[in-house]
Amino acid sequence: MTVSRFRVMLYAIAAIVSLAGLADAIYLTVQALTGETLTCGGSPDCFRVLGSSYARIAGIPVAAFGSFAYFCVFSLATFAAFAYRRAAALLAVLVAGMFLFTLWLLYVQAFVLHAYCRYCLFSAAITFLLAGLVIAIPPSRA
Amino acid sequence: MKRYLPFIIVGVVALATLGSGALLYQAKRPHLVTIPADKVVAGKGTTESIHIRGNPNAPVTLEEFGDFQCPPCGNAAVYIDQLVKEYHPNLKLVFRNLPLPVHKYAREAALAAEAAGLQGRYWEMHDVLYREQAVWSKADNARELFDSYAGMLGLNLNQFKKDTASDKVRQRIESDVERANSLGVSSTPTVFINNQELAPNEKTPAGLRAKIDAALKQKPSKA
Repeated sequence: MTVSRFRVMLYAIAAIVSLAGLADAIYLTVQALTGETLTCGGSPDCFRVLGSSYARIAGIPVAAFGSFAYFCVFSLATFAAFAYRRAAALLAVLVAGMFLFTLWLLYVQAFVLHAYCRYCLFSAAITFLLAGLVIAIPPSRA
Repeated sequence: MKRYLPFIIVGVVALATLGSGALLYQAKRPHLVTIPADKVVAGKGTTESIHIRGNPNAPVTLEEFGDFQCPPCGNAAVYIDQLVKEYHPNLKLVFRNLPLPVHKYAREAALAAEAAGLQGRYWEMHDVLYREQAVWSKADNARELFDSYAGMLGLNLNQFKKDTASDKVRQRIESDVERANSLGVSSTPTVFINNQELAPNEKTPAGLRAKIDAALKQKPSKA
């Protein structure tokens, strides 16, 4: 397999993986918008995370930012797979930002809220996977 | 064609995302219940003993299904209590137990509150349980703490312990749970104002105030 083909394959995998993150973030956004996170009835740990003040920024659910970020990752990975060079650079920057924000969210769950939400952990796993994929992509020769 | 392909793919995914998000929102949007006429709370004097805070003859009734171990119920308890005082004599609170199975000590807490109620201190125990929620929720043995709260409230401890294990208290909770099931209530806090269920986003001090004011406009105030 040529390096160029390998790059395309990794970008395609990143695009597909980001769709899983997008689905998860959309689900959490809808939960926040319907007010489901303001009541008990599901997982108590999820409520402690999603119903906390850390789950919103300026009144907007963090999951909504996550949905937007995953959609951007999908778009940039798709464009990068079609050899748009600027998309590849932006993708690396975006995933690095998401990685750092995910570390912050994991810190909040572990040391501030002392509770873990499985949907948030799934999202963290997706972001780590995306970071791994972006690191694994060989640099363009041109 | 290849030049446009990424735009087409991204566009299709954007539309699919918006469409599925909208469908999911429609599916998960709460279906608000109206309590049917035959299940409306009549106030004191009914065959079941209900817990009422505020004026029993108030024109506005706030009926809450709560779980003592549910953090949003703990938050709601604080501002609902303030609203009952603020709107006196026009608002009464009717509290119903809905201990959720996901909460380890919710049922025991409800039993403690009902047992305190048999000694005439229901609301005092209700308030202590919510105020100390963060403490007993994480305790290894919450029952010991409930006993200590009973002692703090000056209850007859032996009687309290006997009552928490009594059928009378269990049946009282079961009757509330049955009412919740019959109304399709499965989460806490679920709040009704004059038999109209509130949407989750309305269960804020401002949201409740707006609903109470609207209910007062429909029914004459006692002030």
